[in-house]
Amino acid sequence: MTGKLDLDPALVARARELARRAGQPVVDLARSHTTVSVERAVLRLAGVTGADPDGIPWVNRLVDAVVADVGLGHGVAAAVFDALAREQITDVTLLAQKAAAGSVRFRQPVGKDATAARRAARRAVAAGIRRIDRRRAERERLIKRYGDPAQRPWIYLIVATGDIYEDIPQAQAAARAGADVIAVIRSTGQSLLDYVPEGATREGFAGTYATQENFRLMREALDASSRELGRYVRLTNYASGLCMPEMATLAGLERLDMMLNDSMYGILFRDINPIRTFVDQRFSRQVHARAGIIINTGEDNYLTTADAVEEAHTVTVSQLLNEFFAHEAGLADWQLGLGHAFEINPDVPESLRLELAHALLARELFPDAPLKWMPPTKHMTGDVFRGNLLDGFFNLVGTMTGQGILLVGMMTEAVVTPWLSDRDIALQNVRYVLGAAGGLHEDFVPAPGGFIQQRAHRVLAEAVRLLERIGEQSLLTAIAEGTFGIMKRPPDRGKGLDGVARHEDDYWNPATEILEGARA
Amino acid sequence: MTGAVEKKIVRPYGDTTGDGMVQLSFTLPVPHDKRAEGAAIQLAGKMGIDPAMLVHAKQIGDGYTFFVVYGRVNHLVDVSAVQVVERDYPLLSAKEVNALVKQKLRRKLSVVGACIGTDAHTVGIDAILNVKGIAGEKGLEYYRELKVTNLGAQVSVPELVEAARVEKADAVLVSQVVTQRDAHLHNTREMSAAFREAMPAGKRPLLIVGGPRFDETMAEELGVDRIFGRGTTPGEVASYLVHALITNRRARA
Repeated sequence: MTGKLDLDPALVARARELARRAGQPVVDLARSHTTVSVERAVLRLAGVTGADPDGIPWVNRLVDAVVADVGLGHGVAAAVFDALAREQITDVTLLAQKAAAGSVRFRQPVGKDATAARRAARRAVAAGIRRIDRRRAERERLIKRYGDPAQRPWIYLIVATGDIYEDIPQAQAAARAGADVIAVIRSTGQSLLDYVPEGATREGFAGTYATQENFRLMREALDASSRELGRYVRLTNYASGLCMPEMATLAGLERLDMMLNDSMYGILFRDINPIRTFVDQRFSRQVHARAGIIINTGEDNYLTTADAVEEAHTVTVSQLLNEFFAHEAGLADWQLGLGHAFEINPDVPESLRLELAHALLARELFPDAPLKWMPPTKHMTGDVFRGNLLDGFFNLVGTMTGQGILLVGMMTEAVVTPWLSDRDIALQNVRYVLGAAGGLHEDFVPAPGGFIQQRAHRVLAEAVRLLERIGEQSLLTAIAEGTFGIMKRPPDRGKGLDGVARHEDDYWNPATEILEGARA
Repeated sequence: MTGAVEKKIVRPYGDTTGDGMVQLSFTLPVPHDKRAEGAAIQLAGKMGIDPAMLVHAKQIGDGYTFFVVYGRVNHLVDVSAVQVVERDYPLLSAKEVNALVKQKLRRKLSVVGACIGTDAHTVGIDAILNVKGIAGEKGLEYYRELKVTNLGAQVSVPELVEAARVEKADAVLVSQVVTQRDAHLHNTREMSAAFREAMPAGKRPLLIVGGPRFDETMAEELGVDRIFGRGTTPGEVASYLVHALITNRRARA
């Protein structure tokens, strides 16, 4: 606690305890279920690559074939490696092709066969995890060589041309203009695809697809930029949606540095089944933890649907839940880019002081997390002049409250996808504010008992009350009843439910075994 | 309004009536030098700005320059001759939609959406229905007074009719992206025929299709109430629903 808000440590501890109590049943649920995407991620780690001529990845074909023969609840690894031994081949992708052609049958091995299959599966998956380890070590080496950004917050910029070969020069130009982190926006709707597209892509709606090849191309380009600029430029993509575990795996394999990964976003905003989301989320975060990836959570989304003053405490509650789930999955505090946003209606009296109170509350509740500070979107109207001023105040609050990652706001938000000049004007805005007031946080100490302190205390108290209410039922019930946002999301509904299975007694997942073993 | 409208000529206003002053900013793909500034003034001149004052020029990256130009534009506009295409329904905010449904319908308005046929592209229906929405606008799920059932992709027509019956749908939204061999037209006709067969005219939900390749004037031919084309926002759809089902309700064929 840095102590600018004089928060009651007992209340803060109680908030964390309540978040743990609300989250624990969900963790238990995640530990006793698997999903098709978790199993596909395991097979990706074991070396299955590529896609069939229709673009359906071989991991999908292979998991579908195993599920058809023996179901999902045992985990697919043992059945796959048992079949590999019986077919006397070593290439898992070849096995997937045979399975897709219908020439391989799967069984759940027992006895000696099971032991042998498990040993082979574990060896193959361990090799995949070692590749992730090597990419992490490589990142650490490059950061040592080129250095981190000179300032905090890190400057985070978005590219979204819808064509990876256009995204690359835009990303490099953005890095040259001062961006420390580049986020490549995915195609609208990718989160609802139950497979990860393959190859370099030049299409999409409002962004192009997240694919392993696109990850690789962009990382390679930004490595060149890092060399040129003498600072390590980070790359971000999205783990949200139906394929969280696979996205996390591919991000680890291709040395992405940050991933959007929220515990409830898919449920609330994409109507993805809650159980599917929590199971996928836990595995994906275990992979992020191993890969040294910083997650970005999505609390800003609540404020775009609900009122940023009335619902401020739901952001705090979600941050506490995201923190609990993240710690449980093995992520360290430095990996928690907990989100929040500058979304209070500028016509509300004292809106800037309210923003300062909320932003400082997040800072003090999570002193070691690199908070992700999101710019105004809801009250950007097309009046670009007013928008530029609003972005300036957003930047000011960001630096005064010590935010870790600042997503650069565009004055043309809600008008056009950012033009070259929009981005330049936005970066000029950031540079001016950070240059003029970069040290202001040292002098900024809210008056004891004053407006900002009182507001922060009130939001924390409301958050504790909401957590108490959630604790009385359960998080799943709370989500089903529409506690977050206004969306009711019952656990037996939503997309991707048919890809969820309860663990059988002999469920076995070599990736989880290795990832959890490493944490002991 | 009918009859001759009096001509009303105006020009832009800077700080004096009739001064014609405008401001303009743009980027040219050239590095910043004297020639680039000349090019910016030439462009402004071609846009009818004369004299053009170049007040700001700044190079962006290697090969681009951003300009701000102020100047007097020599064009006139005749306000009386302005032609506007009126939407045949008013655009409402989410709040207004909710209020009208609550007051006039006095129950939730039920919407069932789907991609029918083999079309797996849910991007359109999701943009309109999901809370996430599109272009900063929330989808219909966000509207408190709308009950949204999104059946997702590859829904068969009988399934859709059944879901509409179960959910007592006031409106059915169908998205069609794939247009190979006119699949979107065939599917839409099949869908509207199935609803006509299954339900009497008064009980039939409002039938709406959307997709990037539809011709918005073909509604009658396809047997639906409305077609929405490329770039439609959830707000437009919600406003239309209120218009067609509540504020301007009349017997449909």
